[in-house]
Amino acid sequence: MNRARHPVIRSGILLGLIALLGTALLAAVNALTHERIIEQEKLRVLQQLNAVVPVASYNNDLLEDRIEITDEAFFRHPAPIAIYRARMDDQTVAALMIVTAPDGYNGDIRLLIGIDNNGTVLGVRVVSHRETPGLGDPIEIERSDWILGFNDKSLFNTQTSDWAVKRDGGEFDQFTGATISPRAVVRAVHNTLLYFKANQQALFETTTMTAKKNDN
Amino acid sequence: MTTEQLKNILADGAWRQNTGLVVLLGLCPLLAVTNTLVNGLALGLATMLTLMVSNLSVSVLRGLLRPEIRIPAFVLIIASVVTVIELLMHAYFFDLYRILGIFIPLIVTNCAIIGRAEAFASRNRPLPSLIDGFATGLGFCITLVLLGALRELTGRGTLLAGAEMLLGDWGHYLTLVVIPDHPGFLLAMLPPGAFFGLALLIAARNAWQARKSATSVTAMISDSNEI
Repeated sequence: MNRARHPVIRSGILLGLIALLGTALLAAVNALTHERIIEQEKLRVLQQLNAVVPVASYNNDLLEDRIEITDEAFFRHPAPIAIYRARMDDQTVAALMIVTAPDGYNGDIRLLIGIDNNGTVLGVRVVSHRETPGLGDPIEIERSDWILGFNDKSLFNTQTSDWAVKRDGGEFDQFTGATISPRAVVRAVHNTLLYFKANQQALFETTTMTAKKNDN
Repeated sequence: MTTEQLKNILADGAWRQNTGLVVLLGLCPLLAVTNTLVNGLALGLATMLTLMVSNLSVSVLRGLLRPEIRIPAFVLIIASVVTVIELLMHAYFFDLYRILGIFIPLIVTNCAIIGRAEAFASRNRPLPSLIDGFATGLGFCITLVLLGALRELTGRGTLLAGAEMLLGDWGHYLTLVVIPDHPGFLLAMLPPGAFFGLALLIAARNAWQARKSATSVTAMISDSNEI
């Protein structure tokens, strides 16, 4: 039957069959790996979060206790900010915020900033960035321990004028040949602390996925 | 298949027609991911696996593939194979997947793969095709590893950094600090370093080849002098 048909139709059917075969294969492998991939993604986020908040200090499901806010005016960036809330038996422990510093040397620097109940920085980590390798990338914990300098800082023990790199009269080091990257990180951390101070209660009480807009 | 044929396929794929150093196909991934040995090795292995599976599939289906649809059929086969490898890597080699990122799906665009499907697998039986895929992949993988090693050594003074992403935790012990307190040589890590490194490797291969067949080189030189 097929042989009698036009060769174009035969070719089309053949191609369709190959496509079908490929799709079936992909569907099978996808079904096989789907669960594991989701698990790996979650594990990775959790590992990042646990780098700034000690595992023993909370007992809620951190990944599920998550809200998103958007405040372009305050953070100078339109990207939504994810906030994970660590709690111990319903007592709030810390907020872990993933914020974007808009003014890196090569654009956005995404930061994970952990802030405890008292408004003290638990830790800061760079989630992603495109700063120049060798110049701006000591902001990464893998390259230098500069980022640990934020540990235990707060608005109370470090006044506003000190939230800057040394060249700008502040107390944070810049790098040889790179001031812009550390400056962007310092500004973002300071900004996030200010936001936390102004919205602390709301941040922990909101249960919906998207918090109401900040009104101050 | 005779031993002679087998030898020929292996030598062609891995050395005489080396994808990275002679044919110069697949340069985009070659240059982009080779900032460390482990990255190069991982992409090399993934590419090798792709070549073997795609060559085998094309060869098995070659009786069915009419000339006018062979190219779209190759593309479908290669794309499926690469996506399967991508999913598997995402699930089982998560850290490596994150580093190689976009270059895994981009294996699809490595011309070497469709090149072997067209030039070899569509005209040969499954077993020689599989071996050809292995040999070509091996040649590409070796080039990636050499370039990765060269750049990692000059750029960071280490070898096999990040082996734990490929091998699990014990890979940490494999990392060799060849030059302690290496200040970091930025040029080698950035894209220009890839071009310089590749140029050096090609030059080295040509020099080797030239020494091996000194007579044919004299002929080549006199040829080029005439031009």
